[in-house]
Amino acid sequence: MKKMISSLREVIAATGLSDGMCISFHHHLRGGDYVLNMVMDEIAAAGIKDLTVNASSLFDCHLPLVSHIKSGVVTGLETNYVSAAIGKELSAGVLKQPVIFRSHGLRASDIVTGRSVIDVAFIAAPTSDPMGNCTGKIGPSACGSLGYAYADAEYAKKTVIITDNLVSYPLQMRSIQEINVDYVAVVDSIGDPQGIVSGTTKMPKDPIALRIAEYAAKAIESSGLLRDGFSFQTGAGGASLAVAGFLKEIMLKKGIKGSFALGGITGYLVDMMEQGCFQSLQDVQCFDLKAVDSICRNPNHIEISAAQYASPTAKSTAANSLDVVVLGATQIDKNFNVNVHTDSSGYLMGGSGGHTDVAACAKLTIIVAPLSRARTSIVVDKVKCVSTPGESIDLLVTEYGITVNPLRTDLLEVLAQSKLPIVSIQQLLTTSVALNGIPEETNEREARVIGEVYNRDNRMIDVIYQIL
Amino acid sequence: MRRTMLFLPGNSPNMIANGSFLGADSIILDLEDAVSPDNKDAARNLVKSALKHLTFGTCEVIVRINSLDTPYWEIDLEEVVPYHPDVIMPTKVSDCLTIELLVEKLDTLEQKCGLEIGSVKLLPLIETALGLEHAYSIASSSKRIVGLLLGAEDLTADLRCERTKEGREIEYARGRLVNAARAAGVEPYDCPFTAIADPEGLAVDTMLAKSLGFSGKAVINPRHVSRVNEIFSPTTGEIEYAKNVFAAIEEAGKLGKGAISLNGKMIDAPIVQRAKLVLEAARALEGVNT
Repeated sequence: MKKMISSLREVIAATGLSDGMCISFHHHLRGGDYVLNMVMDEIAAAGIKDLTVNASSLFDCHLPLVSHIKSGVVTGLETNYVSAAIGKELSAGVLKQPVIFRSHGLRASDIVTGRSVIDVAFIAAPTSDPMGNCTGKIGPSACGSLGYAYADAEYAKKTVIITDNLVSYPLQMRSIQEINVDYVAVVDSIGDPQGIVSGTTKMPKDPIALRIAEYAAKAIESSGLLRDGFSFQTGAGGASLAVAGFLKEIMLKKGIKGSFALGGITGYLVDMMEQGCFQSLQDVQCFDLKAVDSICRNPNHIEISAAQYASPTAKSTAANSLDVVVLGATQIDKNFNVNVHTDSSGYLMGGSGGHTDVAACAKLTIIVAPLSRARTSIVVDKVKCVSTPGESIDLLVTEYGITVNPLRTDLLEVLAQSKLPIVSIQQLLTTSVALNGIPEETNEREARVIGEVYNRDNRMIDVIYQIL
Repeated sequence: MRRTMLFLPGNSPNMIANGSFLGADSIILDLEDAVSPDNKDAARNLVKSALKHLTFGTCEVIVRINSLDTPYWEIDLEEVVPYHPDVIMPTKVSDCLTIELLVEKLDTLEQKCGLEIGSVKLLPLIETALGLEHAYSIASSSKRIVGLLLGAEDLTADLRCERTKEGREIEYARGRLVNAARAAGVEPYDCPFTAIADPEGLAVDTMLAKSLGFSGKAVINPRHVSRVNEIFSPTTGEIEYAKNVFAAIEEAGKLGKGAISLNGKMIDAPIVQRAKLVLEAARALEGVNT
């Protein structure tokens, strides 16, 4: 059986892709991905219209997608995250129908259960053999885990592997197996590995970020969850990384041997595992090249699929076993609802990613955020968009101290025993209004919804409006 | 307690707004060297607004004003004193006359604004050779004075010597300042350690200051705060020992003993005094985030 096809054009023809179908992409090459643009250009050249693109995330490198939306090649968009430049175009209303936003766990779940039907999955693979056994761990464009592509590969009607590093059959180190692959295409380059670096990999110097991180780490210590067998997740980026930094100090000092760290994995978490803070890393995506290197050589650095990470319909997931997660927010309101989709003006600039999933599952979910950024309040009366519902959030940590969700009376009791400063959400709101005032409302056209946000239970939890 | 006094530029709104979250016992809002002459009025305005609108919690607010040989010091005081900073830090203080002028001005302003006379304190910066020679008389010249701060950068310029990380050139100044302040019954504070990215050097310099008798240290970078706080806080061993001293005194009282010993060592008045200070410091730190 021959799966190798010499050009993208022929591969697209071979899949039988036609008007109105749904195609999918993963985002493991993050800001360095070439594949989505490459495939979309060929599809446009083939004259195919009215497609829905289901991409696990979209970055600014995918901005050419906007021209395909304008020309009618793409008329539907489903994703878990969009970065600011694409977000701005979508907020301006470039797409006629609303973008469907899911969390990483829900996307995988919907594909597995058949709620989301993908006609053709185009999967960028840093190394593949001619039958489609492939991996992200090796090759010139290595990106590490291919966690978000597993469901697409298995459940799409047609699966195409696109690689720039073809090796002889059989590839031993395989993430996606040939049993799910229809075609393999070789291109010059699938991406720039430098572009996969997400957020920052250096500890921040900003003293406020450090103070917040220190409070968060001490709150984790005081919660009683920081003991042998501890499991942890945190994002990339300054404040989250700093929490990991303070936590590492505490864990090493007390000799605490954790179980696993989960999620997007950074070099910092790799260091923590190597120094004995965690037995293993469960990696759904690599956030930097150090993590890529580690997943390739260390058997305790385990690649997991998005479904295993956090599918709400799986029998169990890694997220279900998670003790503590530290997450960010563009806004958080008096009911602890968190916005990670839009900025304070309502412009799209993000998405749930795994935020909603792990917040719902972890025993302790902590939001770290300053009270204000550039004179804009982060703690507000009502968020512009509910990305993660307030009942999933246990603690908010700002430079003013620690705020406990009143639903967690047990946690409030435990933390009251510590020396940590506890402040109420109402105190924070009062302070933020005193400091920053009440912002003018942005000009939203209420009638025109440009985004629908789905919660893990498939309920539409909020909508995002066009900004004029 | 002023284990740490953190300098913040008077014209940096973000740093001032966040000033009380940086862990320092005091913040020094600087109108002097951190602010260029064309920014003096903007900084004064900002510091005034900050004192008026922001709350700094348990963090003490000190305003460093321009020296009396500049055209700025009077307007600095006129603008900020009505909003009641805890302490004014006058610069290049070389004699008691400077303090007299300041006290006169503060008296007038406090009276005018209905503030309690004497409620705004003074913490003079000693940073000239003459000022160092007059340190004791300066420290004893007014009840407003709570301490003396050594300014090593200007002092070494005045002494015509190089300022080094090891600080041998300021050994005399440090000893002299501690002695003068203690003799006058006020607190001595050490100069900042200026190598921002040298945590080991910071620790060595701070431990030296503590060993010489300083009560705390000025810092110029928020990253230095926690280490300096830690060094100037009583250790658990010191607290334990101080508690044992008082337990031994109580025990001896019950037994009607005159001479008291602990671990085979006589407890005399200086030991009791030191134990008292350690316990006072420990109590003051309870609930304070270090």
